[in-house]
Amino acid sequence: MLALDIRNLNKKYPNFELRDVSFQLEKGYIMGFIGANGAGKTTTIKSMLNLIQADSGEVRILGKKMAEHETELKQEIGFAFGGIDFYTRSKIKTLTDVIKKFYKNWNDDTYSTYLRRFKLDENKKIAELSAGMKVKYNLAIALSHGAKVLILDEPTSGLDPVARDDLLDIFQSLVLDGEVSILFSTHITSDLEKCADFITFVDNGKIVNSSDKEHFRETYRLLNGKESDLHQVKDKLISYKVNSFGFTGLIHAGDFDPALDIRATIPSLEEIMIFFAKKEETYV
Amino acid sequence: MNVAISNTSEKPIYQQLFDQISAQILTGELPGGYPLPPIRQAAQELRISVITIKKAWEELERSGLITTTTGKGCFVADFSSEEMLRMRNDMIMKQMAGDTDYYKSFGLSLEEAIELLKKVY
Repeated sequence: MLALDIRNLNKKYPNFELRDVSFQLEKGYIMGFIGANGAGKTTTIKSMLNLIQADSGEVRILGKKMAEHETELKQEIGFAFGGIDFYTRSKIKTLTDVIKKFYKNWNDDTYSTYLRRFKLDENKKIAELSAGMKVKYNLAIALSHGAKVLILDEPTSGLDPVARDDLLDIFQSLVLDGEVSILFSTHITSDLEKCADFITFVDNGKIVNSSDKEHFRETYRLLNGKESDLHQVKDKLISYKVNSFGFTGLIHAGDFDPALDIRATIPSLEEIMIFFAKKEETYV
Repeated sequence: MNVAISNTSEKPIYQQLFDQISAQILTGELPGGYPLPPIRQAAQELRISVITIKKAWEELERSGLITTTTGKGCFVADFSSEEMLRMRNDMIMKQMAGDTDYYKSFGLSLEEAIELLKKVY
């Protein structure tokens, strides 16, 4: 069963456009949603949740159409957009009492379990929480209303390495029983190298690639060669840079002839993102 | 079962898993019938993705090193000692074939290679 099924989302702004955004996430897995700042990650997420109205396209969550079952589905979705910027002078306890009224399946026992597990003190004020604690509080809320799909926009940005590691550990324990699915956007690719099962890469409003992580990386090759060999592959490179040690470039694995005497390795997610960003520059 | 994953290695993670676990099976360290940890639990404990573990387990199954029983999980397969020896040698020879290409790229003869190997072994 698909937790998320996004098909042909389009949204046009004066200076930016989402074009035919499609991707699927199977239930019980973690998907990392990557792309540079301004590539369309947040616009995609907001369109999925109907927080902004897409011009066209279809969103299905847990098999149901978002357009027809929005109220019902939102009971089953937990989403978090970075911090909490409201009720900041209230205690956690007070804010939770407001939020829980919106959820039919709210479970106080689950809530207190997660508060303990995340070491959150109910009597602390929102303003006193660190960035990591705010993310954890959001997660506690989502899980206490029985969310099966977590959609998180940059949950790890602004967290120190220890807090990020802690959070990734929590993500993995949440998908342990195969019931919860997680989509999270980030530009910190090292968060994904380990724990994400699938990667969806958005660049300039379009999905460049969406597949399982190993396969995603194996779609590309990072080439290292002598400048004199550059002409043999130049036309097919996604982008490249030249320095006194030769050239480095990114190519689709299918476009590369392994018989050529050029060193080819499988790139990291970060290298893929960087070379795609360079491609934009060459067009400008 | 002992597994140490390196994130900085050039070797894909599922390959690292496969190499380490198959060595433990083929040396008899993991006996026939030994249960492998469930995929999702292993993923969380090793902090790698579920898909990566799946791939490693599938690879082990394809090589005949483990068997999968639906609903019960994966277990180390039973081998005779001859089978074990044959599979071990196959695996080592595969690795050697790759190394040999490297030696050949320096123009080493078999005798020279053996001499050097003796020195480092």
